[in-house]
Amino acid sequence: MKQFINFIKKEFYHVLRDPKSLLMLFGVPIAQIVLFGFALTNEIKNSNIVIVDNAMDNASQKLIYEIRASKYFNVGQIFMNPDQMDAAFKTGKVKLALVIPKDFDNDLQHLHTAQVQIIADASDPNTATTLTNYMTSIISDYQNQLWQDGGLPYSILTQQRILYNPELAGAPNFVPGVVAMVLLLICVLMTSVSIVREKEMGTLEVLLVSPFNPFLVIFSKMVPYIVVSLINLTIILILSVYLLDLPFKGNLLLLYGESSIFIVCGLSLGLLISTLTDTQQTAMNTSFLLTMLPTMLLSGYLFPIENMPLFLRILSNIIPAKWFYIIIKSVMLKGLGIKYIWRETLILSGMTVFFLTVSLRNFKIRLQ
Amino acid sequence: MNPITLQNITKTYEKGKVLAVDDVSFSVNDSEMFGLIGPDGAGKTSIFRILTTLLLPDKGTASVCGKDVVKDYKAIRGMVGYMPGRFSLYQDLSVEENLNFFASLFNTSIKQNYELIKDIYVQLEPFKDRRAGKLSGGMKQKLALCCALIHKPSVLFLDEPTTGVDAVSRFEFWEMLKRLKKQGITILVSTAYMDEVEHCDRIALMQNGKILSMDTPDKIIKSYSEKLFELKGDNKHKLLKDTMTYSDAVGSYASGESIHVSFKKNGKSDADIINGLKGFLESKGYQHIEIVPTVPNIEDCFLSLTKTEIHG
Repeated sequence: MKQFINFIKKEFYHVLRDPKSLLMLFGVPIAQIVLFGFALTNEIKNSNIVIVDNAMDNASQKLIYEIRASKYFNVGQIFMNPDQMDAAFKTGKVKLALVIPKDFDNDLQHLHTAQVQIIADASDPNTATTLTNYMTSIISDYQNQLWQDGGLPYSILTQQRILYNPELAGAPNFVPGVVAMVLLLICVLMTSVSIVREKEMGTLEVLLVSPFNPFLVIFSKMVPYIVVSLINLTIILILSVYLLDLPFKGNLLLLYGESSIFIVCGLSLGLLISTLTDTQQTAMNTSFLLTMLPTMLLSGYLFPIENMPLFLRILSNIIPAKWFYIIIKSVMLKGLGIKYIWRETLILSGMTVFFLTVSLRNFKIRLQ
Repeated sequence: MNPITLQNITKTYEKGKVLAVDDVSFSVNDSEMFGLIGPDGAGKTSIFRILTTLLLPDKGTASVCGKDVVKDYKAIRGMVGYMPGRFSLYQDLSVEENLNFFASLFNTSIKQNYELIKDIYVQLEPFKDRRAGKLSGGMKQKLALCCALIHKPSVLFLDEPTTGVDAVSRFEFWEMLKRLKKQGITILVSTAYMDEVEHCDRIALMQNGKILSMDTPDKIIKSYSEKLFELKGDNKHKLLKDTMTYSDAVGSYASGESIHVSFKKNGKSDADIINGLKGFLESKGYQHIEIVPTVPNIEDCFLSLTKTEIHG
């Protein structure tokens, strides 16, 4: 036991004394969260818009008030003249304009219908579409209010409801993905490199010629990375809850439990790679190839699996990250319990046992 | 019982294409310092790895402390000390951390076996907080030796321990090994430096996976079968080239500052041989030539043996 503890201590020294691995271990996850959270989001906040208010009446004021209250729009100036609006668009700073016609209030009160015009700068079509949708949704909210106030006997509404991410916010989608990617990358990469390093440096030779059980060498290598991965998970969770305002709905203990399975799965995969490669460089490249690409492309994180051709859909089943992505989304965002994800958990555990068995069998107690 | 025995050990790599060890047999006696001497690629490291249970031999049997290297590998791993050819300690751990780690690996502590490593460790102690990667070559080897000794092994395997180490440290290192030998530890050591063989009790000269000769260094030198002369003159490089064309000589090669020329023992007197060579070289235009009979060293023996090996 003392041997084992000393071995783990030694592994921690390796990790803590190498600035490169430290950066890899803690810099990458933080950078990913921050990048995805702020820079690479497809959510659009604080867009500059102008309003041409030809009505200047009670109803138009109320509508403008609603728009101002939204976090998506920055209402700049309110013009009286369409020409001013044209000029504003030409500066490129204004993405959208709302034109409220004359007699807006009057039309609403008496005809129960009124028209507004939304003009968007579609030089970036995606932004234009998104902003138009935001605006339409604000206006229909306002319309609902009017209907309620007026107490009309019936009204037929098409109700759009987007589950789990009603604001179409970016964060909920990518946080589980980042968690899956970071955990897998760290576990696979660090384990494979740290074992291959011992091979390359010749220290494995000395370790093997000792009474220490070779399998304990492996397990003592795993412990520090399990700890580091759990710390990473905690950092990511704290960042996403406090920095990205991501609501955390699920059971924390369940999340850590499921993550631990996934971590061991990654470590086993890393171990497998280390038994198949002889240099740190090859180990690193193989790890990147086996983790980054499949995780990004086939886990459902960036591209929905449902839209893939049959072959890729079948292939995605052997990607551990796919199952973990489903699990972590269910736990974090939907707050589901083990009842709903036992199947995925079972598949992931099966994969872990498989990788661990294969790599332990493959681990050589001699040099060749 | 001999602590180390090899019987007809053969080892090939790449599915039999590369022959590394060719039918080698020898045994090392108790508390003996046995040297494997030979150039790179002679098969020394392969023998070390077979004996330390890191490689399986293709043919033959070997035992260490009476245990079979294939069947009882676990028992051997606990009893021997091994220092591989390359510096194989953790460069990012300090001297003390390395030592502590290897001690705990063998379920012991620095304190428990301090007596054994004391002589070496006192030299390392001033640097005990320094990272192993920042040590000089000689210090690294001393640390590696400490780590290999920390569990009081009965047999010590040292694969080229003095390669890349300065002359003073090399000498010190051999003195340390002699002291360890006195404490009853059997040592198998390899080196490519011919001048180091004098430290060994017995040596095996190796080339291309074969043992050319095996005996005490003195006896190997005594069994030298040729007449050896030392040749000195101007323009050593050209002189050597021309001497090599002299058909009476069986070997000529640079040795230190001079040239060694060897002749078959065929009844000719030293003076005749000297005059013959002198005449040949003077006809080539050399002046101030000095030729004297000389005593062979191990390198001369090795070269003489490899020659007969090559020519059958």
